[in-house]
Parts: sequence; structure tokens; C-alpha cells
Amino acid sequence: MTIELIDACKQVRGITHIKPTSLKMRPGHFNVLLGQTGSGKTSLIKLMAGLDPLASGAILFDGEDVSRLSTQKRNISLVHQFFVNYPHMTVYDNIASPLRVAGMAKSEIDGRVQEAADILQLGPMLNRRPQELSGGQQQRCALARAIAKESRAVFLDEPLANLDYKLREELREQLPELFAGRGAVVVYATSEPEEALLLGGETALMHDGHVTQFGPTAQIYRKPATLAAARVFSDPPINAAAITKAGTQARMKTGVRWALEGAAAALPDGDYTVAVRPHHVTPVSVSPQTVAMEGTVQVTELSGSESSAHFQMGADSWVSLAHGVHPYEIGQNHTFYMDASKAFYFDADGRLVA
Amino acid sequence: MKTENQRAWFFVLPVLLLVAFNALVPIMTVVNYSVQETFGNNVFFWQGLDWFEQILRSDRFHAALGRQFLFTFLILIIEIPLGIIVALAMPRKGMWVPVCLVTMALPMLIPWNVVGSMWNIFTLPNIGLLGYFMNDVLGVNYDMTQQPISAWITIVVMDVWHWTSLVVLLSYAGLVSIPDAYYQAAKIDGASPWKVFRYIQLPKMKTVLTIAVLLRFMDSFNIYTEPFVLTGGGPGNSTTLLSIDLVKIALGQFDLGPAAAMSLIYFAITLLVSWLFYTLMTKDDAQ
Repeated sequence: MTIELIDACKQVRGITHIKPTSLKMRPGHFNVLLGQTGSGKTSLIKLMAGLDPLASGAILFDGEDVSRLSTQKRNISLVHQFFVNYPHMTVYDNIASPLRVAGMAKSEIDGRVQEAADILQLGPMLNRRPQELSGGQQQRCALARAIAKESRAVFLDEPLANLDYKLREELREQLPELFAGRGAVVVYATSEPEEALLLGGETALMHDGHVTQFGPTAQIYRKPATLAAARVFSDPPINAAAITKAGTQARMKTGVRWALEGAAAALPDGDYTVAVRPHHVTPVSVSPQTVAMEGTVQVTELSGSESSAHFQMGADSWVSLAHGVHPYEIGQNHTFYMDASKAFYFDADGRLVA
Repeated sequence: MKTENQRAWFFVLPVLLLVAFNALVPIMTVVNYSVQETFGNNVFFWQGLDWFEQILRSDRFHAALGRQFLFTFLILIIEIPLGIIVALAMPRKGMWVPVCLVTMALPMLIPWNVVGSMWNIFTLPNIGLLGYFMNDVLGVNYDMTQQPISAWITIVVMDVWHWTSLVVLLSYAGLVSIPDAYYQAAKIDGASPWKVFRYIQLPKMKTVLTIAVLLRFMDSFNIYTEPFVLTGGGPGNSTTLLSIDLVKIALGQFDLGPAAAMSLIYFAITLLVSWLFYTLMTKDDAQ
């Protein structure tokens, strides 16, 4: 099973929600749609699920055009951010509902429901109603329905967003196993870069209604094609500043300068944007190549073993993320060290050049 | 550590006083009348439960109670399904939503006695628009001042016109609060419109429907103004509902004792049936 989009485009009353998009998604791993709220992840899922009509282009399931096929005939499952179960049915009936609609034999339904319930540890709760379950159990019930249905494609639209932290981590670990070896294409929408990295597979970065980059998740993380992609795939947001290149020297507006190396040094002179991930900006120098820069500390946060500091440097607000606890004083100037060897350089159009 | 004192009573005291003044005290005066024979100049004679016995044995009360239950039954059996159907047919978004909502709310904004007068004039044979249309255009013999059946149809239709909107608005509120995700889930499963109604919309509307049924039961069971203005309880006694009969006894005949006893019985029945409805409709949730 594969899902292929060919210039798929969605418009509602003349407003384009999804710009022409081409993608090919395969089974065997997670296909992550990563983008901020409003970037079109849900819209794209609804297009593939057949819940919204296609304005132009085509959607192929296994090479067969399903663009005109109804949702039901596409044989898909969808798990929402909200816990969507039939309120007056037991967990058993909820899991069995799509199988019953499909007219499956009772014994087969029973087998599939039991199997899905076992995988998701819902065995003891089969006779309860959704509102008697915790949030995590309700979402597991929705997942069990998707698994029991054995559909060709499974769409998970931020399924963990409404769960509390611990449940989210637990379920996130289980998710890849749940769908492994089932042959279905699994599409997972999320707004958290960390989730995309943990789930692996392939990632489609979404920004403003179109896919800006698609490929193996780790590769995209290492080489974001555009500044927008780099921004989406970084949490806290990636640090960016305008620089001017002259010879092998890069110079920020604040006067900070450093020597460019490799591909960056070979670029024609002119204006560029430098971008550095927060954990490559540290309060202590980690190597001789780091570039020192001074900034005024605005906000500091301590999360577990890491501490972050937001600091103002000229017109730009940057974030530093480092292990350990560091003594920052709000409003004071501190020196931070940027690891220039980890920096990305983008041209005036926001394309990665080095 | 556990602290025990009686301070909590101070916090409920204001509510107790309020309830005492707006419910208990008026009811106690009625209780007072119901067990005594009242003459002028505040002369009272103790009667015990005689009035209650007399009312409970009277054919007149049984007939009025029967008419009252028939009326309420018709109201609920028509208004609840009709209200749900209209709510389902209303648009969920777009410019027609406010238009529909205001149109629905209009009948409820009209004072009750005006509703009665409107329908009276509207349905009078020969001069009323509906009366004229039925008799002189359609040739149907329709006269709510002479025929009990016509009178009944008129008071029921009038109440449906006046109050179905309440059920519509409550159901509509329940419907619009259902997230789209549920409809999408049903679409993915390939559920039919009936199944969407039965397994998503109806369960999700249950709370507001419970309120709608209770409100419509209490209102229709205690209805007075509109049928009184429309038919005055006639022709004969055919539309004399409980409240109309009660007012006839209390103010027409000035029999304060029997009227008070009847009020209390009336109140007890309303309370009992309301409790029954509530218990039956919320039974599932308590499990």
C-alpha cells in the first residue's frame, strides 16, 4: 500500500488551503507531517481521507486513483486529537462498529476486537462506556478501533496532544510497534519537532499550506532546505540573524564576526542569514572555534537537566540551551558562544546555501 | 486533623430564608386553607382531610385530570420529536443561522394572553382567517367554539406553535456542540444518517433533551392562560384543564378549602411526574 499525491490542491470558496502538493508515502514506517498550527496538516489529512473534496490534482492509493472515491470506500482510519468514540456504546461496540458496518461475521469481529483490545491493554474495560475511561484509555479505544479495522491507511492527527505528559510518552513509545508489520500507510501529524525525531520514518515539513520538504526525518533535521523548514524543525525556535559576508568573514549587524569555512567560505559576497540551533549556543565555550557574542538575558527557564536563556542581541532575540544549571541574571549581559561549525547559511530567498 | 463545628449552617442560612419566603410560607398558607372551612371575617372551622377526600373522589376532578394528562401527552409526543426534526434541519453555519434562530425565538417572546387572543381571533369561524379558510374555502366543518374536537385541535396546535421553538433551540444547542470529529468518524465508518442520529446526535443531545422534556412537561401540565383566553375551558367542559378548573373553584365559587386541597394534589402530581421523568431519563448516567 502506498499513498501518492499528485499536485493535490484544496480550495474553500476561492481560498487555497493546500497548495499543489506531490508526495509519495510508504508503509513500514511513520510518515510524519510536521508543521505549526494552521500549517495545513489536518487539511492535508482530510484530503487524503476523502473528508474534503480535492480542487485539482489526484490522490492515488496503490496507484489507483481514489480522488472521486467516498471516505467509506477508501478504507481508512482516523484518530483525532480529541477522543472520539461513540458515547453510548461500550468499548467493545466502539471497536467493533466499523467491522459491523462492513458486515463482517460475528466470530471474526470478536477475534479482531479481542486482539486489538489486548494490544492496547483494554481487555478489562471492554464493557465500559467511553466516559467512564480516563483520557488515555479513551484515546487507546480510538486507536484500537483503527487497528481492528485493518484499514489501508491510518491517519493520526495529533493523537497525543490532549494527553498528559507521562501518558503521551508512554503511548508514543508504543505507537510504532502497534502499526509495525500491518502494511498500512501510517500518517502522523504533529506540531512538535521532538515527536517527529522520536517516531523516525519520513517527515514532510509543512508551512503555510504546502510541503516544504519531504524525506527521511534525520536527513531533514540535518539539512533543512529552507529557513522556514529549519524554523519548523526546531524547539525552542532556531536562532537566526542577518549577516554580511565579505571574503571569508561573516559579520552580524551587532559587530560579531567570525571566519567562514568550507562551503560557506566559497559563497559569493553579500547578505545572508545565519541560523543556529539553541543547543549550539552555550554559556561556556565548548571548542576553540566558537564565536563569542554578548546579549542581555531576558528570560531563563530550567527544564529538568537543561537550562535555557532567551537573550537580546541587537534586534534579534536568541535562545541558548545548555546542560546543567547556569547562573543567569535577568537584565544582565552575558557572553554566549555560538558553535559556528554547526551553523546553517541561507540566502536572501531563505534557501539553504551552506 | 478533622474540625467539626456547626458553622456550615450559617452559610446555608441565606438560602434557607430565601426558600422559606418564596416557597414554604406561601405553600403553608395553602396548607392552612386546605384543612379548614373558611368563612368571612376570618372565621375558620377545622375540617381535617375532608377536602382532600372530596376532591380525590370527585368525578369533576378525575375528568379535569384526565384532560390534563391527555393534553400534556399530546404536547410532549408532538413537540419533542418535531423540535428535534426542526433542529436537525436548521443550518449549522452561514448567514441563515441568525435568521432561523430569531424566527424560532419569536413565538416565545409573545405574552401568553396575547397568544391566546391571537389564536382566538385567528380561528373564529367566519371572521378568523383560519376559521374562514377551513369553513368557507376548504368546506371543513371547523368551529372551536362549538365542537370539542375543533377546540382540542386548536389548543394543541396553538401550544405547538408557541413552544416547539424551546425544544428546537435546546436541541440545536446540543447539536452544534458536537465536534465535527464525530461526524468524520461516522463518515469513515460508513454509518448511515439514521445511525449518526441514533449513536452520535441523540446521545449527545440527551442532557438538553432531558431539560426540554421536563420544562415542556411542567409548562404544559400547569398551562392556564392560553387555553383560558382561547376557549375559556369550553365548549362545555371539554377543554377545562386542571388549572382552569382550579381557578373556577377558587375564584368562581370561592370554595377556598377544596381549591387549596386541589392545589396541593395538583402540585404533588406535577412533582411526582417530574421526578419520574428525571429519574428515567438520567438512569443510564448513574450506572
